[in-house]
Amino acid sequence: MNRRELLKMIAAATGAAMIGGEFLLTGCKANPDSAPVAFTDENIAYLDEIAETIIPQTNTAGAKAAGVGRFMTVMVIDCYTREDQEIFRKGLDILEDECNKMHKVGFMKATPEQRKQLLIAVDKETKDYVKRQADAVNVQGQKEKQGQERNTNDFKKQAMPNHYFQQLKQLAIFGYFTSEKGRTEALRYTPIPGKFEAVIDYKKGDKAFAGLT
Amino acid sequence: MANNTYDAIVVGSGISGGWAAKELTEKGLKVLLLERGHHIEHVKDYAESNKPSWEYPHRGGRTQKMIEEYPVLKRDYPLNERNLSFWTVDKDNPYVEKKPFGWFRGYHTGGRSLMWGRQSYRLSDLDFEANAKDGIAVDWPIRYKDIAPWYDYTETFAGISGSKEGLPHLPDGKFIAPMEMNIVEQTVAARIKEHYNNKRTMFIGRTANLTEAVPGRPTPCQYRNICSNGCPFGAYFSTQSSTLPAANATGNLTLRTFSIVTEIMYDRNTKKAKGVKVLDARTNETLEFNSKIVFLCASTFNSTAILMRSATDVWPDGLGSSSGELGHNVMDHHLKLGASGDMEGFDDKYYSGFRPNGIYIPRFRNLPGDEKRNYLRGFGYQGAGSRQNWSRQVAELNIGADLKEALGEPGKWTMGIGGFGEMLPYHENKISISKDTKDKWGIPVLEFDVEFKENELNMRKDMVADAVEMLTIAGVKNVIGQDQGCEPGWGIHEMGTARMGRDPKTSVLNSNNQVWDCQNVFVTDGSFMTSASCVNPSLTYMALTARAADFAVKELKKGNI
Repeated sequence: MNRRELLKMIAAATGAAMIGGEFLLTGCKANPDSAPVAFTDENIAYLDEIAETIIPQTNTAGAKAAGVGRFMTVMVIDCYTREDQEIFRKGLDILEDECNKMHKVGFMKATPEQRKQLLIAVDKETKDYVKRQADAVNVQGQKEKQGQERNTNDFKKQAMPNHYFQQLKQLAIFGYFTSEKGRTEALRYTPIPGKFEAVIDYKKGDKAFAGLT
Repeated sequence: MANNTYDAIVVGSGISGGWAAKELTEKGLKVLLLERGHHIEHVKDYAESNKPSWEYPHRGGRTQKMIEEYPVLKRDYPLNERNLSFWTVDKDNPYVEKKPFGWFRGYHTGGRSLMWGRQSYRLSDLDFEANAKDGIAVDWPIRYKDIAPWYDYTETFAGISGSKEGLPHLPDGKFIAPMEMNIVEQTVAARIKEHYNNKRTMFIGRTANLTEAVPGRPTPCQYRNICSNGCPFGAYFSTQSSTLPAANATGNLTLRTFSIVTEIMYDRNTKKAKGVKVLDARTNETLEFNSKIVFLCASTFNSTAILMRSATDVWPDGLGSSSGELGHNVMDHHLKLGASGDMEGFDDKYYSGFRPNGIYIPRFRNLPGDEKRNYLRGFGYQGAGSRQNWSRQVAELNIGADLKEALGEPGKWTMGIGGFGEMLPYHENKISISKDTKDKWGIPVLEFDVEFKENELNMRKDMVADAVEMLTIAGVKNVIGQDQGCEPGWGIHEMGTARMGRDPKTSVLNSNNQVWDCQNVFVTDGSFMTSASCVNPSLTYMALTARAADFAVKELKKGNI
């Protein structure tokens, strides 16, 4: 069913909610005083390489070919809160520093293997952080529930700020699998299925179906 | 003036207004259909109906600018990049919230028939007798037998897909072929049925999507599941796909958009409405239109607001207010809670196509002969089983080709159900006309004073607990129950404020949807609901609109109105 909260609820319950999901579905109050964040072509090239490391070219297009770097900047500029924009900007510098620390070379000059090694380490650190963040949100949610019998959706408030690599990874995945290349190459794109087959056989390796949106 | 005279005026072009226009024109009346918003032409104006995800700048998401501009819509799913043009702009259409109320509106030809959830269920005598049995509010003036033939009639035209289940409290209808449940849904349904010994059942949802051609609509559903962007195949029921073409075909219909009805013109000598006053939303010009009968189908609250602004020289609180109930007994369904989890053992099965429908678990609490709960009435569930898509997290995979390949495949099966609970009609839950705030046309806006009470809150505990229990019994793993909290209005099933009843002293409308105080005015949108049931209400608006139109024309012919 496409109506209402169900998929959202499933997503939340199974831990699939992403920052993408978070701002897609709830958003936060915009700060009207915020200076608009801007990105250079260099930034976009850097983002393309980060995204390509997360979703590389294989026998199907990778994130760079799908234009994910530019897409990320659109999302950060238009959809992120001021707070998340700042985390994102600072994160790009932090990642560069981490790369220099690990490989004695900046990200753009690092080899694909070095980039991958770096992001695996950062990803691990991020997963630990996200787990602590989820625990904190749960604690806060419990507290608020105890305080008021009728909770009014407030307990989704963030207890800890988002992690920059959580943002990067989610935007890369979201950007790729909603792109034309991602949908038509890495998924089975069926814009007009014409029929519904309730039960079909599936074997490991078969791609998932993807519709228009 | 002759140009401005019709046999009937229908206010509002959504689900109810479309039906009123169809029925009245087909019975030979010259009808003026007034719509306060802009026109949306079937298919041609569905700008997003064939747009792939990558053509949306934010891939369907919401921007900070949208969040600022839509302080109401942002509270729930309607605020998104996909069909934003179908939702009313909050800043142009303010209202006052004494207590939180989410009012999600669609001001254009077709109203919310373009974006509705399409789930279509009949009320039963469990619902029609409920108020009388519980001693709550007032008794419905009708019973199931009065409306059953009109359900038959409207279902047959609208095209409702569903399965016959033989349940007394959720009557079967004139269905076209049901959609199918997938393997996990079939499994869960069988296990629930067995465990509860048929006392609880789960089956495919009943939906106004065409699984086969119906007269005038040759193309069935193409299983894209993006109905609420508008369907280029006309494969779900909307004013545009269904009732408007039928009304137009008679040659008796005039549709006028940008027409905000400010009041009904009441003649105190004849005790009848003469017609309506219209404010042109573009020119701010005031126009008068005359008719023998008026059908108010402007959506719950807006129909009542029109009544409140009418005949105030006779009744200070407006036409239909003599009972003291106009504007009272606001209802919605309460939702945003349920349970979900993972289903193991079906990794070799999948489905193809995107089904615009889920499963339904009809009410099983407080049925006749059951133990009584600590609340009145009950709830149903809607839900679905599905395999996760790329947006899932794959904990064991970090980054790179393995992650990409894994996300390109369907993930584990999940099964989730969400509750829709009945809300009782409380006199003190009300809307009224604001004394201070006006909209940009100078029309005083509505004030909302509505809340859920103990009955709803007690019911919500069962709604989560029962969901968890049923999924667990069905073999679903890692089941998590959740109450996300809900504001009145979020069900987008606004009901009440001009209830039907048996006595003009305690109700606004009689058993034929006539305003007791002005019998050539009919209200046939959700305003008329005397109680809310727990099922999706639109089909009942269709049936009672067709019934009232039939009655109105017969009364006209007899010279009674």
